[in-house]
Amino acid sequence: MSDRPYEVIGTRPVRHDGADKVTGRAKFGADVRLPGMVYGYVLRSPHAHARIRRLDTTRAEQFPGVLAVVTAADLPESPDRPVDLVEGTLPLRYVRANVLARDKVLYKGHAVAAVAAVNRHVAEEAASLIEVDYEPLPAVLDVLGAMREDAPRVHEDLRMREFGETTERAGNIAEHFRFVLGEVEPSPTGEGLVPKGFADADVIVEREFRTAMVHQGYLEPQNATALWNQDGRVYVWTSTQGAFSAREAIAWVLDLPVSRVCVYPMEVGGAFGGKIRIYLEPVAALLSRKCGRPVQIVMPRRDVFEATGPTPGTVIRVKMGARKDGRISAAQVWMAYETGAFPSGQCAFGAMCILAPYDIPNLVIDGYDVVVNKPSTAPYRAPGATQAAFAAESVVDELAEKLGMDPIEFRLKNAAREGTRRADGPKHARIGCVEVLEAMRNHPHYRAPLEGQNRGRGVALGYWFNIGWYSACTISVNPDGTVNLVEGSVDLSGTRTSIAMQAAEVLGLRPDQVHPVVADTDSIGPTAVTGGSRTTYATGWAAYEAAHDVIRQMKQRAAMIWDVEPAAISFERGVFRTGERTMTFAELAARLEETGGPVIGRGAVNPASAGGSFAGAIADVEVDPGTGKVRLLRFTSLQDAGRAVHPTAVEGQMQGGSAQGIGWALFEEYAWTAEGAMANSSLLDYREPTALDVPPIETVIVEVPDPEHPFGVRGVGEANIVPPPAAIANAVYRAVGVRLRQLPLKASALVDALRAREN
Amino acid sequence: MRRAMVRVQTTVNGQPAEFLCEPRQSLLECLRDILGLTGTKEGCNDGNCGACAVIMDGRLVNSCLVLGVEAEGRTILTIEGLARGSELHPIQRAFLEQGAVQCGFCTPGLILATKALLDRIADPSEAEIRRWLANHLCRCTGYDKVVRAVRQAAAELKEACR
Repeated sequence: MSDRPYEVIGTRPVRHDGADKVTGRAKFGADVRLPGMVYGYVLRSPHAHARIRRLDTTRAEQFPGVLAVVTAADLPESPDRPVDLVEGTLPLRYVRANVLARDKVLYKGHAVAAVAAVNRHVAEEAASLIEVDYEPLPAVLDVLGAMREDAPRVHEDLRMREFGETTERAGNIAEHFRFVLGEVEPSPTGEGLVPKGFADADVIVEREFRTAMVHQGYLEPQNATALWNQDGRVYVWTSTQGAFSAREAIAWVLDLPVSRVCVYPMEVGGAFGGKIRIYLEPVAALLSRKCGRPVQIVMPRRDVFEATGPTPGTVIRVKMGARKDGRISAAQVWMAYETGAFPSGQCAFGAMCILAPYDIPNLVIDGYDVVVNKPSTAPYRAPGATQAAFAAESVVDELAEKLGMDPIEFRLKNAAREGTRRADGPKHARIGCVEVLEAMRNHPHYRAPLEGQNRGRGVALGYWFNIGWYSACTISVNPDGTVNLVEGSVDLSGTRTSIAMQAAEVLGLRPDQVHPVVADTDSIGPTAVTGGSRTTYATGWAAYEAAHDVIRQMKQRAAMIWDVEPAAISFERGVFRTGERTMTFAELAARLEETGGPVIGRGAVNPASAGGSFAGAIADVEVDPGTGKVRLLRFTSLQDAGRAVHPTAVEGQMQGGSAQGIGWALFEEYAWTAEGAMANSSLLDYREPTALDVPPIETVIVEVPDPEHPFGVRGVGEANIVPPPAAIANAVYRAVGVRLRQLPLKASALVDALRAREN
Repeated sequence: MRRAMVRVQTTVNGQPAEFLCEPRQSLLECLRDILGLTGTKEGCNDGNCGACAVIMDGRLVNSCLVLGVEAEGRTILTIEGLARGSELHPIQRAFLEQGAVQCGFCTPGLILATKALLDRIADPSEAEIRRWLANHLCRCTGYDKVVRAVRQAAAELKEACR
């Protein structure tokens, strides 16, 4: 295509790590093999809530083949302080307590002790000999129950933060925040605020929604290999989204300076937000310190479910009013998220997103983070936003129906645009909300007839704000005219290539002439996590800066060779030029030694914000009214990518996020026993979608370039998971006329709802 | 206490292989921890994810559900044995060209499953492909590009047979 503005951006090269990933050569954390390495196993709590009265490791220590046993007593006791954990700030004592429980266990699966032994069977056998005397305590398992004044307390020392200030109120509510826009007034009870504008509304819909706790569901279990070296440095090989955030967290927990810890980020077998937190790393390090050998721990799948991830279940109430002209006049939202055993800030993320697709003059959002006796929750792809969109997009759909409007036209009438203020304060920058909605309206899928009984089509819109943050890259020039690109961003699904392509574009090289390396924390500047859809955006930007630094230095070398001013030299499509004289990038690369030595470009960025991404979903379903089974007939995902650097990779993100959204909609949930044990902690009973559960997922990449980014890139990793549950719920309604307001949309619930309607 | 070890003689990726293992060790453990073939992945260790699939005597098996001692006298193909010298197998190439690999953790199992499928059915329909792959969880791709990769590989292998 001649009108393509770029040579490399927008092409679909085979990814740099491709051959290693299809030959089994790629090294994941559990593939690390070190001389003298031994294996660890973590003993976990059988109770959802209990006091540890006594812990005796003697028999385990004496078991043949055991090299070390550790408990919370082996953790340092430095003074408590708040630490920044990427997804929120937490007291250090809580971070340590999740690594190894000290006085109380707070969920079934909570780590209590760990053993290192010659192999993992021996370690597991020995762990079973550790004697723990528990005093079971009443467990708090339900978010609404946990909010009551008389509920048992997960933490005796937790005090609610309200509107940014710590209060004296003890209980399980960790945080209460409020977003307000437009005109509001005190509620009739005097306890809160309500938005004005409902009085002008011709239709008002008010509903309550619930969503189940779900897991990120990555295939690779958490793992860590640690060596506490005799020089006092700690080396850790692990599966993490952020080598530097892991380094910091490990250093805090072990009370070491960060420079005493080196993290080697291994290939990551899926993460989706669940591999930011550390779990096994400090435990393996403590075991290694005790036995003087490298220690590897790989989590059994059961522990992955019971002790890592999951993402919060929620209760969300949405009230919206709209006028006959199709404009939303007011919205009120009340949302409570279960954060698990420790506070986390995901409710606020949900609140930032829930009404962000729309221009609503008056709104009030009250949000609550609530601790319960379940695993400490972690972000999951657009954390907090999917649950929120399920609620809001169901209500929006109902409003459109009551007004007799097409659901996409109704959304377009209220769509947020550049300058629309978000509930949390900032105004939207240039966004593609309208463009995504128009692409949905114009897509053949939306226009195709859908015939047959019990079939219906639903749509929904989703938003994720994306983040910027700091990234570092260096580029060194090889004498053969290629370059090595060293980056601090862990590659979860192809960012080596999407970052290398941005460098290649600047340097006039092919993507395969840029050799990307994901470095350990000793070898590159600090780089924030791969998360928040930031990596192709921010680290790509750092690579762009590093590539320009290379060109600037190479112009100086060409100027030396040609005896002209550097300013007199141009560089275009891989060729340096002054007047009639030219040199290719490769020709000049071969002459760097003689002109002053190697050229190394560097790029470091810290964009304060990033352009948000919108995604839409169109779902066709068929419902079997006898069994309640929902079959997906057709599914289309549409997303604003700003500029799609590698369209195949962008489509892959959209399809993967959609499939996870489909699982969240239809099957996935933590099932609990009355005592608070997860009843389905295997990949058989926790139902992730298989190839038979999802149709071919069609994709439409919308491109509304982000004007801040040099190539117009927007992060694409997350927004795609947000709309599917709402789109599918709306489709089910159109198919059989009942609205389910609980995720997952279980077959049994659908059958019950259909029967209830008949009676 | 010393545990009885069992000597196992088998063939792995075309080469004779011999190892000592405990009777309780799975084939997955023997491949990864004794033979150093870490391309076979442990995702669940209870037969529900398919990441550990290998081909044993021509049949696709979850190596976590096979004991190491059961490998005696058998012929095993793991992901490390698929490429011919420095040439990728057409299935491996198809996975790369179609963008069917994201994190790459389920990929070895999916590629071996594809091999086992195409050895049985040279030109499978989309429904046959999806049914066959339903024993393998992939959390990244949503399966669409994986199905396309299987189709591309089927077409290329059929062409090569002519």
